[in-house]
Amino acid sequence: MSNIELWFSEKHTENVKLSIKIDKQLYSENSGFQRIDVFDTVDFGRCLTLDGFMMLTEKDEFVYHEMITHVPMAVHPRPENILVVGGGDGGAVRELVKYRGVKRVDLVEIDKAVVDAAKKYLPFTASGLKDKRVSVYYEDGLKFMRKCDGEYDLIIVDSTDPFGNGEVLFTKEFYSNCNRALKDDGIMVNQHESAFYQNDAAAMQKAHKLITQCFGISRLYQAHIPTYPSGNWLFGFSSKKYHPVKDLRSKDWNSLKIKTKYYNTNLHRGAFYLPNYVEELLKNVEKS
Amino acid sequence: MDKKLQARAPIYEALLEMREKRIVPFDVPGHKRGKGNKPLTEFLGEKCMSTDVNSMKPLDNLCQPKSVIKEAEDVAADAFGCKKAFFMVGGTTSCVQAMILFYCKKGDKIIMPRNVHRSSINALVLCGAKPVYVNPQTHTGLGISLGMSVADVERAILQNPDAKAVLVNNPTYYGVCSDIKKITETAHAHGMAVLADEAHGAHFYFGENLPLPAMAAGADMAAVSMHKSGGSLTQSSFLLVGDGVNQNYMRQIINLTQTTSASYLLLSSLDISRRNLALNGGEIFRSVCRLSEYARDEINKIGDYYAFSKEITDGDSIYDFDVTKLSINVDGLGLAGIEVCDILRDDYEIQVEFGDLSNVLAYISVGDRERDIERLVSAFLDIRRRYKRPRSDCKKYEYIPPDVVCSPQEAFYGKKRRVALAEGIGGICGEFVMCYPPGIPVIAPGERLTGDIIEYISLAKSKGCLLTGPEDADVEKINILEE
Repeated sequence: MSNIELWFSEKHTENVKLSIKIDKQLYSENSGFQRIDVFDTVDFGRCLTLDGFMMLTEKDEFVYHEMITHVPMAVHPRPENILVVGGGDGGAVRELVKYRGVKRVDLVEIDKAVVDAAKKYLPFTASGLKDKRVSVYYEDGLKFMRKCDGEYDLIIVDSTDPFGNGEVLFTKEFYSNCNRALKDDGIMVNQHESAFYQNDAAAMQKAHKLITQCFGISRLYQAHIPTYPSGNWLFGFSSKKYHPVKDLRSKDWNSLKIKTKYYNTNLHRGAFYLPNYVEELLKNVEKS
Repeated sequence: MDKKLQARAPIYEALLEMREKRIVPFDVPGHKRGKGNKPLTEFLGEKCMSTDVNSMKPLDNLCQPKSVIKEAEDVAADAFGCKKAFFMVGGTTSCVQAMILFYCKKGDKIIMPRNVHRSSINALVLCGAKPVYVNPQTHTGLGISLGMSVADVERAILQNPDAKAVLVNNPTYYGVCSDIKKITETAHAHGMAVLADEAHGAHFYFGENLPLPAMAAGADMAAVSMHKSGGSLTQSSFLLVGDGVNQNYMRQIINLTQTTSASYLLLSSLDISRRNLALNGGEIFRSVCRLSEYARDEINKIGDYYAFSKEITDGDSIYDFDVTKLSINVDGLGLAGIEVCDILRDDYEIQVEFGDLSNVLAYISVGDRERDIERLVSAFLDIRRRYKRPRSDCKKYEYIPPDVVCSPQEAFYGKKRRVALAEGIGGICGEFVMCYPPGIPVIAPGERLTGDIIEYISLAKSKGCLLTGPEDADVEKINILEE
């Protein structure tokens, strides 16, 4: 086999980058919303990038998708109606349809091309989209939200960074309209950036500030995702009623016997204990 | 419009050529293409700094254009369908002043609606002319001032046959147009010139199905803010003139107050923006109209908001409406427009153009993206959910007919004393008071101060309006003429 030095690089800051050796490029398209690429890599398997930012790799996507779904699913007593905003790769939906109690999953993705690419090239995440309970809407997340009033138990915001198409999903009007779209005991979980590098940390702080203005309970939890900047990633858990740790229903969840690679109910508790520098960043933007 | 000619941009082309030649600058500006001011170059970028150059032979001179600026003026005149287009670097304010200084000298009269921009009355302070105000009708439901009715203009013309000119807003800040064609015919029939303030109407010349632009209506001059709807840099505008205007005299008038170091950043921005609009304006403004129509529909679906449009036209003082303007009446919320503006900015990080007592105006332009429109609409939905309150103290805008006692110049330069606002009642005001934006004076120099005006000032203050004009920045005191 001849050797070719083809590398994907993503700048994590102006002065730090992560490079992954590419075996081959399978797909590249400019959808009008963004540039979508699919690669096969030597160590991380198949990867999806949007506008040159790593969205998922076959090797570590389980961490992200398990953590953004099972955490709220183990807290809410009857999560039946669920909305996923973004997440056109289908990974979050794949985890949600593992629950028999779930009646409806609505996926709102602005870019149909992402879903099409996922169905063709990423069967390991897109598999869940075939489930009968899943409906996919190709629409702006913010616009979709305006039509919803008190109908969801859980909203999962599986967005890109706040510097592109995902921008509107990091705004007060979005979070506040999510609150309106949820039932009185609803939960919102969102991709919450990272606290390590300065730009990500600023986005993380801003999102937390806006969310605390919209929800009575808003806590962050962390996970280890090797291909994301710094490897340490945060999720937001915001809720009208349930506390993410005190209301964890470990016994119920474990009795469901859902097979996971990363998530378990002990890790659930641990994920909410944050490093001091993260707690400090959060405290600085919380209402006194 | 000659499409082949419009593909040219003479000032821009000359700047490119100059850049390629790498001329060694031993002239001003002293930053020498940015090399002498690193922090500024880092902030603005090298390309920008290397374009900030002085007038020189290959780049012409705005004070007396002979080569590339003159060519660019000719191309612009072709684009706007007028006899001559002057490049202006002092904003549309400088255009309005040049128009008025051209026609009016001390003691002359000029007919204008009272809802003119301050720049018009400022020009009267400079030249000593006296305003004859026409009552711009008021839409009582919306609480906005409108255009002039043709009958009112005609009456003013008949009562003041010695007036030199009629000034028309085309359109107003809110997008309301008078019947400028009829007004022009009437004024011309009585030997008066017609001057259009088109600070908010640059796109009329390039879009489709938009209100009639002034030069097409036969007006003598128009002040056009290219930097508002046209996409050029802030402070850059066009002054358009029609047939029969002495262009050389106009150049002298402009040079009275214009800088002799005109910025090539501004000049090139006018040149490039004109080219863009001439070549792509149809498509650009179709898209702007589509965005604002969409936003209007979505906002009107929410309830309690009224994003108004062409349906308010009445064939006279609302002869036409500019659908690119997104004005939203918020009376139904029980909040003042200014309060909604503040909430949008402080809570949602959305900056709109301005709010008055009853309305919010969001400026939609060539630079807007669909996702930003979605943000705006969703923010309005959320504000209604979170802030709606019973309508109680919704005080509406009312037209206060001005009592012009002396010319703005006499009042401005007259001997004055400073008194507390309330003590000024009955006195002749020696300065301006206006809410900014939109910068339309509540009271102008030479007008009598009344209880109604003071009440309006206090109300505007209490709602959080930015009041400007008086020497006393807090507007607690006011300068009154000693009679």
